[in-house]
Amino acid sequence: MADKVMVDNQAIKKRRSFREWKEDTARRLDIWSRKKPARRKFWLNKTLYLMMIPYLALFFLFTVLPVLMSFFLSFTYFNLLEAPKFIGWSNYLTLLLDDPIFIIAVQNTLIIAIITGPLGYLISFILAWLINELPDKLRAFVTLIFYAPSISGGAITIWSLIFSSDIYGYANAFLIKWGFIREPILWLQTEKYILPIVIIVQLWMSLGVNFLTLIAGLKGVDRSQYEAAAVDGVKNRWQELWYITLPNMRPQLLFSAVLQISSSLGVGAVTTTLAGFPSINYAGHTIVNHLQDYGGQRFEMGYASAIATILFVSAIVLNKLIRKIIGKVGS
Amino acid sequence: MAQAKKAKLTAAEKAQLKEDKKALRNAKRAKSIDSRPFAEISTIKVHRRSKKKKRINRSVGGDLVLFFFLCVAGILSALPLILVINNAFKPLDELFKFPPNIFVRNPTLDNFTDLSVALANSTVPFARYLFNTVMVTILGTVGHVVIASMCAYPLAKYKIPGGNVIFTIIVYSLMFPAAVTSIPNYIIFNWLGLIDNPLALILPMIGSSLGLFLMKQFMSQVPTSYIESAKLDGAGDFKIFWTIVMPLVKPAWITLIILVFQSLWNTQGAMYIYREDFKMVSYALSQIATAGAARSGTLAAVSLIMITVPITMFIISQSSMIETMATSGLKD
Repeated sequence: MADKVMVDNQAIKKRRSFREWKEDTARRLDIWSRKKPARRKFWLNKTLYLMMIPYLALFFLFTVLPVLMSFFLSFTYFNLLEAPKFIGWSNYLTLLLDDPIFIIAVQNTLIIAIITGPLGYLISFILAWLINELPDKLRAFVTLIFYAPSISGGAITIWSLIFSSDIYGYANAFLIKWGFIREPILWLQTEKYILPIVIIVQLWMSLGVNFLTLIAGLKGVDRSQYEAAAVDGVKNRWQELWYITLPNMRPQLLFSAVLQISSSLGVGAVTTTLAGFPSINYAGHTIVNHLQDYGGQRFEMGYASAIATILFVSAIVLNKLIRKIIGKVGS
Repeated sequence: MAQAKKAKLTAAEKAQLKEDKKALRNAKRAKSIDSRPFAEISTIKVHRRSKKKKRINRSVGGDLVLFFFLCVAGILSALPLILVINNAFKPLDELFKFPPNIFVRNPTLDNFTDLSVALANSTVPFARYLFNTVMVTILGTVGHVVIASMCAYPLAKYKIPGGNVIFTIIVYSLMFPAAVTSIPNYIIFNWLGLIDNPLALILPMIGSSLGLFLMKQFMSQVPTSYIESAKLDGAGDFKIFWTIVMPLVKPAWITLIILVFQSLWNTQGAMYIYREDFKMVSYALSQIATAGAARSGTLAAVSLIMITVPITMFIISQSSMIETMATSGLKD
């Protein structure tokens, strides 16, 4: 009995001492922070830093660290079995000067990106803008219809069904039925058709993350601004769009532009699903496909990392450019 | 033309009258919707929602053209969804019919029974796969939304030393192709002992850059005066974040929930998880579907099932997304 009381007392003592310790440390840190303004600022905003730490730790561990590792790997020869061997710029030199398939991949990626990037962005915005005017219930439904292509990862397979090379493919079946062609076209095995089909499907897929973000962004635009603008002489919806909607949505526009860049330069899954891997004569080969080829099939991780780095750098350059353009919106 | 204008005017006046009637009800509704501080803001929110019906600067011709455009685009993007639904109910002979039909003629549940037979034969009960996926999806989604928003708030609304650099790194990381980081990721997971652990799917998702970027962009629109006045009232940083900023950026996190949910729902996780009883639904279903042309029907059923949950989720969250006050009311 006495023992138990003792233990309880000890526990209380311990708890109290912990609290005392905590308060004591807090007091000491407070005094410590008063010595320099920078420290003081840090101490006063400690909640903010505490809020940031969990995310930043995970972000560093699972995003920054892998990226840094693959930067490092891009200067090595690494086949997953042996330890990476440092070979300097060799990967980059081979890639840029001595890899004809990479050049094809760059060309294809650029063609796809230049067409689907701006166009997809525009389509996303226009549709989001139109949908925003619908009543709430209907809007949710219409959003679903437009977002449907992105909602299931397997939706691309529908297109391989449509462009199937036999007479069972929808495109061939309808073209034969209406008398345009007599024999089925080998859509995804013919060089000249692959890229256009990929572009169509990519455009169709472009109503994804950006689209949802833009819809959410449009929800945040203040209605009273439109009323005020109507009084100030804004005459039609286009002026409204340019002078009110767009400037109000700059953060969302920037966000979707960044995503659009990375998604249009990162086209890869669409080509593999549609045209196979590798596609006929590399007609649909993109940079990401090239990367998958070396990373996933040949296990030359160093080389694959070099490809990734080049893709990364070009995306950043594009991003800087787009930022400037979006800064000018509505002025 | 003049008559039409008159009609519009009277309509506007009617709306005004209706609004006045609704004002009381709105106030009540606002209080029941959320019991957060700034109840008066909520009142305005509901009030504004009813005001939305007043349309200005819209011409009938423009409406018609845009409506037509919307219809065409809508049919184009709905087509594959219609195909997925119809194919799931087609018997095998209809799936391979020439010319193919979009709509099913003799709907049958054969594909689903085939699927259930195939599932019954698997060594691990299907419920186990389902449990894994649901757990990973919920933990990952909630974790990412909460933790990334928590980090986005200081970055968006405070001048933090190094904040800009951190944010730039996060944005740039979005542009790094994921295909090449999977090997370094594997090395890191192995180092942390996370191989064969569902955390290997959850933690990277929580730390991914998409949500932070999205939340930061939306939070930067929240008027600073809200935060300042809350501070004057004695609210702590976390409280301001949780009770004022988060409700104001509701459209943002609803969008984020949809995005994260969907991507986690479709994860196969085959790269980091090798134990059969830790695998995901989409992995199990894809294994069933890879058995060739004979399984085309089953594949169609699988696609339908996999698509149903995210769609339900989508409808629920989208229809709960009403206008917020992020940029209205108080002005800086």
